[in-house]
Amino acid sequence: MEELGLLMQGFGVALQPENMALMLIGVILGVLIGVLPGLGGANGIAILLPLTFSMSPVSAVIMLSCIYWGALFGGAITSILFNIPGEPWSVATTFDGYPMAQQGRAGEALTAAFTSSFVGAFVAVVMITFVAPIVAGFALRFGPPEFFAVMFLSFACFIGMAKGSPLKTLAAMMLGFLLAAVGMDTVTGSLRLTFGSEEMIRGFDFLVAVIGLFGISEILCSIEDGLKFKGQRAKIDLKVVMKTWKEMPRHWALALRSSAIGCWMGITPAGATPASFMSYGVARRTSKDPEGFGKGKVEGVIAPETAAHAAGTSALLPMLTLGVPGSPTAAVLLGGLIMWGLQPGPMLFVEQKDFVWGLIASMYLGNIAGLLVVLVAVPWFAAILRVPFPIIASLILVVCAIGAYTVSNAEFDIVLMLIFGVIGYVMKKLDYPLAPLVLALVLGDRTEEAFRQSLLISEGSLGIFFSNWLVSGIMLGGIVMLAWPLIGWLRGLGRPPGGPRAAEA
Amino acid sequence: MHSDANGLRRGAVEIGTSVVLALVGLAAIWDSLRIGAGWGVDGPQSGYFPFWLGLILVGASLANLVAVLRQKGAAAAEMFVTWPQLKLVMSVFIPAVIYVAAIYPIGIYLASAGLVAYFMTRLGEFSWRSALPAGAATAVVAFVTFEIWFLVGLPKGPVEEFLGY
Repeated sequence: MEELGLLMQGFGVALQPENMALMLIGVILGVLIGVLPGLGGANGIAILLPLTFSMSPVSAVIMLSCIYWGALFGGAITSILFNIPGEPWSVATTFDGYPMAQQGRAGEALTAAFTSSFVGAFVAVVMITFVAPIVAGFALRFGPPEFFAVMFLSFACFIGMAKGSPLKTLAAMMLGFLLAAVGMDTVTGSLRLTFGSEEMIRGFDFLVAVIGLFGISEILCSIEDGLKFKGQRAKIDLKVVMKTWKEMPRHWALALRSSAIGCWMGITPAGATPASFMSYGVARRTSKDPEGFGKGKVEGVIAPETAAHAAGTSALLPMLTLGVPGSPTAAVLLGGLIMWGLQPGPMLFVEQKDFVWGLIASMYLGNIAGLLVVLVAVPWFAAILRVPFPIIASLILVVCAIGAYTVSNAEFDIVLMLIFGVIGYVMKKLDYPLAPLVLALVLGDRTEEAFRQSLLISEGSLGIFFSNWLVSGIMLGGIVMLAWPLIGWLRGLGRPPGGPRAAEA
Repeated sequence: MHSDANGLRRGAVEIGTSVVLALVGLAAIWDSLRIGAGWGVDGPQSGYFPFWLGLILVGASLANLVAVLRQKGAAAAEMFVTWPQLKLVMSVFIPAVIYVAAIYPIGIYLASAGLVAYFMTRLGEFSWRSALPAGAATAVVAFVTFEIWFLVGLPKGPVEEFLGY
């Protein structure tokens, strides 16, 4: 049980007073970010990232990951009280959470949501504690072809498991890769895709892209529905909490199943949002009373919240062990690792033990802190949405602009942020997924590097990607994932033409 | 086509987006061919990777274009954004553009104060008497947080220079 010893050391790091304070600040900021429209986990962390340069990497990652946990908790508050999902992964929570609030059971819904979030996260952290060192140990043997294969597999998963059109997923991903390629080619030093523009030589910073794609576009989307938020009031007192907690153990099977779905979807880069929908769907299908879903059933809150939190947490597993993030927010954290001078990937577990185990220990503590903060402070956080929208929107615009500027002290980045905001608005409305774009933008250079290094080793033969059982296995998995939508499409062709589904495929 | 009066059609925006993406792909192919997309003496040339990315992007966008063009019925008539909605979006977006443009000459603090005050009066029915102090407070809080507390310099204009920063 070497892990337990290392974990205890990690607790020693995380329990330092300074780190505890940062944890609390992170969680509170995170809930705030989760509640506000236009600020989410990914772009909230992107905005704050430049301010952490002077901190030690472990303190910085503790604060930023706690923002992530806070945002996961915070998304549920607006879903239940205002029927506005603060985060995409809490859309499924609105289905039953809002009806419960309308029936005056807001306190019960919130307590159930927070508690199941906590359970989901806890299961995922335990999983990370024991699985991550194994995966990292395994990945230590990886060379460039294996790394390329892993990236290939994770991008192929996006296409294979895409909820919407696989073509749109592919296009968004390629756009991300191309944006990553803009600027200086790190291998040969020649300029690519700059088209003679000096501003483009620096390339596109993904933090700026994230702030625009997720922040600005969200403001533009939410203004379409008008300028007012209408919501239910909430009060959580100890009696409601105790009463809900007494009933929670009855749903242990549901919670376990949702956690498993979440962990799986989080490790493969599907992310928290599909995990929450899938878990909700499975809960309804296996329920004795499927008709009651959507009308205020507590199971309809527990299932998506558990899965979303489990997925959001386990998305850090591939990020830490392989350097391949499982979600946009994990991608931003990965960008942080690179900026703090750490090399993401399995070597972290060998060279940066304090960092890795401090982070894992802080996940345990951060989620406990998060649960306490949201249970105590829900009315205050809910009150934020009673601030008139024009004030919130203008402040978020200002915060986004400052965040985009501080990434590399370039005023042009603020212009880029606006452009990315428009791109994000159009893409969101046309159901182009943003996550593959962001992940491709973050991983583009490293994917290309692994690809080119492999080809250098093999002197140009693509056969290197099938040279041993390990790399061939991963590549084959990727190819199956890529072929998945094609199989569905071919089966669709067999059906009589003119059906609405056939045209969509 | 009575629904044209009500807003921008989803189909039209889909087509536009596919065409733009295909053009981006073409531009990438063109630039990659310029710097060499083949195999050099020292391995894959700089344009090798972007060339294939561009090619796949063109392919995906064109396939998507075909799928959109074949759409009929309700899916084709769906709205992307209605005119009243677009007006609301523009009421936020146009001031945001002016705000970003104003950061170059007058710095981010004054521009932010102006943006907050403008939003409050024009979109939020606040009076100037409450909006101006709120805008000023935003600028001061941002200034203290970034310039003094975090020691992060943000874009400044002549007014800050006059005050000695």
